[in-house]
Amino acid sequence: MRTPSKIVTASLAAATVLGLALAQGNQPVVGLITKTDTNPFFVKMKEGAQQQASKLGARLLTAAGKSDGDNAGQVAAIENMVGAGAKTILITPSDARAIVPAIQKARAQGVQVIALDSPTDPPSAVDALFATNNFQAGVLIGRYAKAMMGSKPLKVATIDLFPGAAVGVLRHNGFLAGLGVKNNGQAITDKLTTQVSGGVVVCSQDGFGDQAKGQTAMENCLQKNPDINLVYTINEPSGYGAYQALKNAGKEKDVMIVSVDGGCNGVRGVQSGVFAATSQQYPLKMAAMGVEAGVQYAKTGKKVKSGYTDTGVTLIAAKAAPGVPSRNVQYGLANCWGK
Amino acid sequence: MTTTPPSLTKAPDRLTLRERMPSVAILGPLIALALAIIFFSTQSDRFLSAQNFSLIFQQVSYVAVLAIGQTLIILTAGIDLAAGVIMALGGVVMTRLAVNSGLNPYLSIGLGLFATTFVGWLNGLLITRLRLPPFIVTLGMYGIVFGATQVYSRSETVSNLPDPLNFFGSTFRVGATTWTYGTVLMLLLYLLTHLILTQTGPGRHLYAVGNNPEAARLTGIPTNRVILLVYTLAGLTYGIAALLLTARTGVGDPNAGQTEALASITAVVLGGTSLFGGRGAIVGTLLGALIVGVFTNGLTLMGVPSVYQYIITGVLTILAVAVDQLSRKKA
Repeated sequence: MRTPSKIVTASLAAATVLGLALAQGNQPVVGLITKTDTNPFFVKMKEGAQQQASKLGARLLTAAGKSDGDNAGQVAAIENMVGAGAKTILITPSDARAIVPAIQKARAQGVQVIALDSPTDPPSAVDALFATNNFQAGVLIGRYAKAMMGSKPLKVATIDLFPGAAVGVLRHNGFLAGLGVKNNGQAITDKLTTQVSGGVVVCSQDGFGDQAKGQTAMENCLQKNPDINLVYTINEPSGYGAYQALKNAGKEKDVMIVSVDGGCNGVRGVQSGVFAATSQQYPLKMAAMGVEAGVQYAKTGKKVKSGYTDTGVTLIAAKAAPGVPSRNVQYGLANCWGK
Repeated sequence: MTTTPPSLTKAPDRLTLRERMPSVAILGPLIALALAIIFFSTQSDRFLSAQNFSLIFQQVSYVAVLAIGQTLIILTAGIDLAAGVIMALGGVVMTRLAVNSGLNPYLSIGLGLFATTFVGWLNGLLITRLRLPPFIVTLGMYGIVFGATQVYSRSETVSNLPDPLNFFGSTFRVGATTWTYGTVLMLLLYLLTHLILTQTGPGRHLYAVGNNPEAARLTGIPTNRVILLVYTLAGLTYGIAALLLTARTGVGDPNAGQTEALASITAVVLGGTSLFGGRGAIVGTLLGALIVGVFTNGLTLMGVPSVYQYIITGVLTILAVAVDQLSRKKA
């Protein structure tokens, strides 16, 4: 239902945005749309984009979905930013497929759209993708755990994101691939769209990337199988939750936790021995590269090189494992995001 | 659902048995919980142990405390969609003041409790003074409180908490099992609320207001004051829930609580309290929270994937209320 007053408010808001955009003259305008504006990962991404924009003399517009998976909010943000004169839009798609039509509309109006952090489906829907290879992030911690555990029979618990989240599936499967686990006799690849279970995995639960829910999930996994000796968590907050559960059960010394993200709080966890290793990713770099591409396009009309640019992932471990390249905690702390 | 409004000549403390303490109402959830426990015991030999049960109590403790406030509100035919985010606000206020501002931990806890109580009072004020529906007020408050929490915390989790903030997460042993002080506090709060609702005038007024606000007003019960008090007290319980959650996880997390309001409503409904107000018991709510905890724990022990756990919990919620309704029609 559109009420007249809603239309008036919307027009006023649009006019304000437009007025601001015009008032700024011919500064290049770059838009950044994140999944949420509450996850520290995206908060840092925004800060990185803002720094780069100030440096290059561009104006940054930011918006976000209300929650992870809020596609409608992202669509509205694209429309508003095109209206505000953004020549380049950077977006971390919440829903890889549902966002595509809105992106196509923007691109048809001459706007360059670059995906950050996660791909669209199909990947060719955007001009370029700057992201961490999430599968590779999983592979690294899997290989590390395998090397450190040696010939011990593995009993693995995975604390995952939530059903159907691509990031969660890729990290989970990558971790198992790195461990050398087979899926029905086949090697695990990043082409699988569902999470592999069974085999050495004795328990998989959703923790929503949340510390309290991660703790509950791990407590119940431990009840199910007290001999779990290796834990994978989707991110460090759920890793801290899992650690709390192990500590309460007096098992924190005998169980290895590996995770993904490499936020500063996570790297400190590697330092203090909570985590054995974590795969660090670089949200500030993604954002800075995106803004740079946006400024270049505004000034020269030249679009960024199409396709996927891997912004890199580094294994951070306190103790190096033979045959698995990693960097130490100092490096991790020097390059981490967040506080 | 039909209830007989208290007749206008009857004094408010002479309500019928059903309104006062529908002990029959908690039979449903009690039977459901017993059946669930029997079922999971046959499915997993790890389920039926004192240690596992102390764990389930720990897991449900903070939602169970949220559900105390939610029960009081639902008894007055209201609802609070902001319960979880108000809890997150309390947790962030307590931890940030203690860690980032270096305030005395006890004072920080006090101010955190004050913050959640204040938001509860504000809800009550908007509902009673402006005559707005609770659904709308608390829906709006969800957004306001969630946003304010994010702004205040800069979306960052607070860790390295001083001891007093971890106290309710610390454990003591009973025989071979470990229990947390948080669990004890939760059970004490339930006992206290039970006594207030069944043994005191204000407790009985609450049922009367939920049953028929107009009739309650005519019998001289200060309806608005009761409702304002209920939302304010609920705010206080959310602050106590924040204390339990913070102690359990060891952090103040601004992103906590986004789904917990619905979780607390689920506990209340499973416990046999009517969403139309005026009928239900606080003991039922505790059973409701335990049912959810028992299912999550039991299904994990059985190796049921998370996606099916959502379906089962959803079916359970609808089933519980349907059974309740059918039994009422027969009665």
